[in-house]
Amino acid sequence: MKAVVWQGTNRIGVETVPDPSILLPTDAIVRVTSTAICGSDLHLLDGYIPSMEKGDILGHEFMGEVVEVGRDVKKLKAGDRVVVPFNLACGVCDPCRRGLFSACDNSNPNHRMAEAMYGGVSGGGLFGYSHIYGGYAGGQAQYVRVPFADVGPFKIESDLRDEQVLFLTDIFPTGYQAAENCGIVPGRDVVAVFGAGPVGQFAARSAQMLGAAHVIVIDRVPERLKMAAASGAQTINYEQEDVLVALREATGGRGPDHVIDAVGLEAHGHGPGALLDTAQQKLRLTFDRITALRWAIMSCAKGGTVSMPGVYGGLVNELPLGAAFAKGLTFRMGQTHTHRYLPDLLGRIEGGEIDPSFVITHRAGLSEAPDLYKTFRDKKHGCIKVVLNPWA
Amino acid sequence: MTTHSGKAGAQMTPAERVAYGILGVGLSAMGLRGGHPAQRLLLGAAGVAVAAQALTGRHPLATALKIEQNADGEVKVSDAVTIGQDADKLYARWRDLASLPGLMTHLEQVEVLSEKRSRWTVKAPAGTHVGWEAEITADEPGKRLAWASLPGATIENSGEVLFRPAPGDRGTEVVVRLGYKPPGGATGAVVARMLGQEPGQQLRDDLMRFKREQELGYAPTARGQSSGRAGAGTGTQEGRV
Ligand SMILES: [Zn+2]
Ligand SMILES: [Zn+2]
Repeated sequence: MKAVVWQGTNRIGVETVPDPSILLPTDAIVRVTSTAICGSDLHLLDGYIPSMEKGDILGHEFMGEVVEVGRDVKKLKAGDRVVVPFNLACGVCDPCRRGLFSACDNSNPNHRMAEAMYGGVSGGGLFGYSHIYGGYAGGQAQYVRVPFADVGPFKIESDLRDEQVLFLTDIFPTGYQAAENCGIVPGRDVVAVFGAGPVGQFAARSAQMLGAAHVIVIDRVPERLKMAAASGAQTINYEQEDVLVALREATGGRGPDHVIDAVGLEAHGHGPGALLDTAQQKLRLTFDRITALRWAIMSCAKGGTVSMPGVYGGLVNELPLGAAFAKGLTFRMGQTHTHRYLPDLLGRIEGGEIDPSFVITHRAGLSEAPDLYKTFRDKKHGCIKVVLNPWA
Repeated sequence: MTTHSGKAGAQMTPAERVAYGILGVGLSAMGLRGGHPAQRLLLGAAGVAVAAQALTGRHPLATALKIEQNADGEVKVSDAVTIGQDADKLYARWRDLASLPGLMTHLEQVEVLSEKRSRWTVKAPAGTHVGWEAEITADEPGKRLAWASLPGATIENSGEVLFRPAPGDRGTEVVVRLGYKPPGGATGAVVARMLGQEPGQQLRDDLMRFKREQELGYAPTARGQSSGRAGAGTGTQEGRV
């Protein structure tokens, strides 16, 4: 089959690789009909997430048709149309039973690598996301092996198009969880979203769905801001305005009640803090550039929430913890518990409340993946979200 | 984790302190040079830690690698895991000593000789084997099992496993404490750790294997998945992005 393969830092290619097979009786094989490139795939590209190996198949946002199931799979059969959460969960451990699917105790076979870096505990495995997260082959391919097939894949039985349900695999639930984590008081709370990439777009729209009185989106890319404005959000271009001043003005001096950092470790920005982050990252003294997080903390209202769907990898410096303490902020973060949100969010799509395909700007066949990774990374040609058809 | 009495980290000789100082600086330098970001960060941090501890005169690698060793040269290892099953079931699995090699991959064989006595064989570094006889020193069904090697063992060792109800409906907390005297003292322990044969790592892997066996009934794996490695794939297109 054809697959998008990591060949080294800043090198990806489309290769012919062996078809996947059932390795455990709880596996299924899915023929991929649509797959997307995610902003967090770019962290793999440039090598900021460790433990990639040459030949790893990328991709964690995919859907398709079940073509084969292992003998212990009960809920799925060949022919079922499914979306597959980007994170793997066993469904039986304590975190899974509490709905904390991304924190699954059992789904990462390389738990020891994650434990060494992350305080003696490992979250669950991820598709196509390095060996520290289990080394599972990803879904930017014609076929994919799906472990824990009775737990993750979610059947789509309505006639919604792939493009309307594909983002249930990651960016829609991720944006939604970020907004839900804010504990928005409907009709009262103002929510600011740093980053108008795909997750930021869904976070902003989810905040609106959850009743935010006002939503403000901050970015520097005009196309992204335009897309956010289309939903009725106020927008701030931080290259044209002082973002902290603009947010104070927009909120009567209070600051937003909740701030979502939908940027993560590769924030751009300016000022001495941003320069210091970049220098330290180049010297490998830190993994993370935290301009967006710093702005989030500095702008957030007293008693507010800083919600962090953006990915962070390691240690950070110069975090304004004093400001966070003085204002009594709450921090919510972590990988998305995707499985938990699928029924509700699918219902919202079926009910016409939201059509997630608004975020797509580029469509292509798998062979164009290397070019489109580049286009997406460089934010060229108005690129916000890429969907690939492995069979085109 | 439990704390043990006894000093953490054995004392170094002056010569060792100089050697470790140099090693620390070397590790720091390696940390700045190449490899994965994580490796660089860890090497850099390890280098600083080693160099700093050379000044304190403690056996820095033993300390950095969390190898605890008391004045008698005994290494202590402990770890714990919570498993969503009841204590009686977990105890029964552990009490069936002959089946333990299924859980602990470094164990070659456990022969049950009598109600209390058993003979253990383990894989040692470089393809060798080490064996000893052990005796059960405490046996409280559903709660605790303790054992110790009998006099004359190559590696004197002892251990206990505790089964405690976890708060709420989370099942059972399994706590394992091991003690052993490695051949060659602290240096032997460090060398063993470097070879990947250190019991702390083995114990963690064994406990996670136990948890997965009991909760899932199998071990999850990504081994054997398709990839573009080992000449399996033929490049149709590649490029620097
Ligand atoms: Zn994603
Ligand atoms: Zn689980």
